[in-house]
Amino acid sequence: MPENTPLLSVRDLSKTYQAASGPVEAIGSITFDVRPGELVCIVGPSGCGKTTLLKCLAGLLAPTSGSVTLDGAEVREPPKKMALVFQEYGRSLYPWLTVRDNVALPLKARGVPKAERQALVERAVEEVGLGHAMTTYPWQLSGGMQQRVAIARAVAYQPEILVMDEPFAAVDAQTRADLEDLVRRVWKDLGVTVLFVTHDIDESVYLGERVLVLSSSPTFVQEDLTVDLPAERDQLTTRALPRFTELRTHVYEQIQRAKRGEAVAATP
Amino acid sequence: MSTVRRSLTSVGYAAGLPVLLVLAWALATRGTANLYYPAPSRVLDAFVSTWLAPATLTRDVLPSLGRFGIGVLLAITIGVVAGTAIGATPWLRALLEPMLEFFRAIPPVVLVPVLMLLLGIDDTMRLAVIVSGSVWPVLLNTIEGVRGTDPVLTDTSRSYRVRGALAYRYVVLPAASPQIMAGVRLCLSIGLILMVISEMFAASAGLGYQIVYFQRQYMIPEMWAGILLLGLIGVAVAAVFQLVERRVLHWYHGSREVARA
Repeated sequence: MPENTPLLSVRDLSKTYQAASGPVEAIGSITFDVRPGELVCIVGPSGCGKTTLLKCLAGLLAPTSGSVTLDGAEVREPPKKMALVFQEYGRSLYPWLTVRDNVALPLKARGVPKAERQALVERAVEEVGLGHAMTTYPWQLSGGMQQRVAIARAVAYQPEILVMDEPFAAVDAQTRADLEDLVRRVWKDLGVTVLFVTHDIDESVYLGERVLVLSSSPTFVQEDLTVDLPAERDQLTTRALPRFTELRTHVYEQIQRAKRGEAVAATP
Repeated sequence: MSTVRRSLTSVGYAAGLPVLLVLAWALATRGTANLYYPAPSRVLDAFVSTWLAPATLTRDVLPSLGRFGIGVLLAITIGVVAGTAIGATPWLRALLEPMLEFFRAIPPVVLVPVLMLLLGIDDTMRLAVIVSGSVWPVLLNTIEGVRGTDPVLTDTSRSYRVRGALAYRYVVLPAASPQIMAGVRLCLSIGLILMVISEMFAASAGLGYQIVYFQRQYMIPEMWAGILLLGLIGVAVAAVFQLVERRVLHWYHGSREVARA
């Protein structure tokens, strides 16, 4: 695939819910592209429909209008080449399966032969640093470790695009920093495309190569910002760079404008 | 050593009350010749001589237990298979739920004469009585359990394209299993009651039949011994259930313990 052909392409996506009080426009119109190998963060004010957007991207929810295209094919059901990591790690892991079986189940569903499956599972669980915990159950692990299991499951699935929905919103700050670095490492090591949804401005700038700022609901893409920070990111030095501060201030101001409803749709 | 002591203590607790009750019974019946209140020793004699006699075992006890076993296995299978289908299909649930509540509310005992007319007087009828009464807790609990599956878990399975038989085996059934097991527990005790009742009408063998027979023949110690046997069967069934439940739901008990800590 040529470098500049988008892997994921979202066109005029909108979603209106039918509530008891009448229709609620959750997503106005969202259009953006993700190229292969990019790490894109989506950030927006709370209640801007991030999760709705993500469910539409993942084929879990049908958009009211517009389209999502992954690798040239329109997404109508959960695509084969996408892996999801949910915010609620405690509820997205199967509590009756061990770490090993949690990671293996999607591969089993895809019909990967047993030997290959085992190798993939082992490599993925090692990658997230949980090689010692193969036979434990998720509920025996801390929150951060559970989210590592969810990441291992996504990695073992060998997706072309890894979609993460505020995955670290529920873990403590130190764990969060470790997990952020883990995402950067996985992205680099595996060359996978990552779409990372967060409400944390610092996180979006630290992690992303690109940040999409969403407006408040009804949602559109308010800004598409390239993060020109060095490729090697480090929790201490990167966050201390003047450019980091500039970028995060810029994103912060955009979000504030979005909250006040001042933003207008960018002309295409 | 302390584990030995601890298990001795727990046996002591479990056996303590029954021993006391038997002692009280023995004291109360000492010296009386009342036909209806035989001494425990007489009941024990009757227990060994009638109920443990090979003829009674093969003619009455084992066939009854067989019908109980087959009946509850059928009820559990029907309940789980139908319950998962209904629980996972909203329109089917909306269609069937009021009717299911209606049938559940009918005491199965009143169905015995009806089933006798419809199915005749044989083992099929007796199995039908057991199944028709004990299937409801499993069925309704399975429906509830499947419907109550965490939507995040369902979305996870959908997004990783885990579906069909694999989803049934690894997601749907385990997610509903705590509720299903609660239903099975009820199913077992209802099944045991219905096993006895199904043998009280138009029967010529079986535990229930024999107990009624002894009662009508004024063989009171034998009757009491039969009731004792029923109680013991109940205790054994509960013990087996608990063993299976511990195995099937070890993840559930474990995660709840962690959540409470």
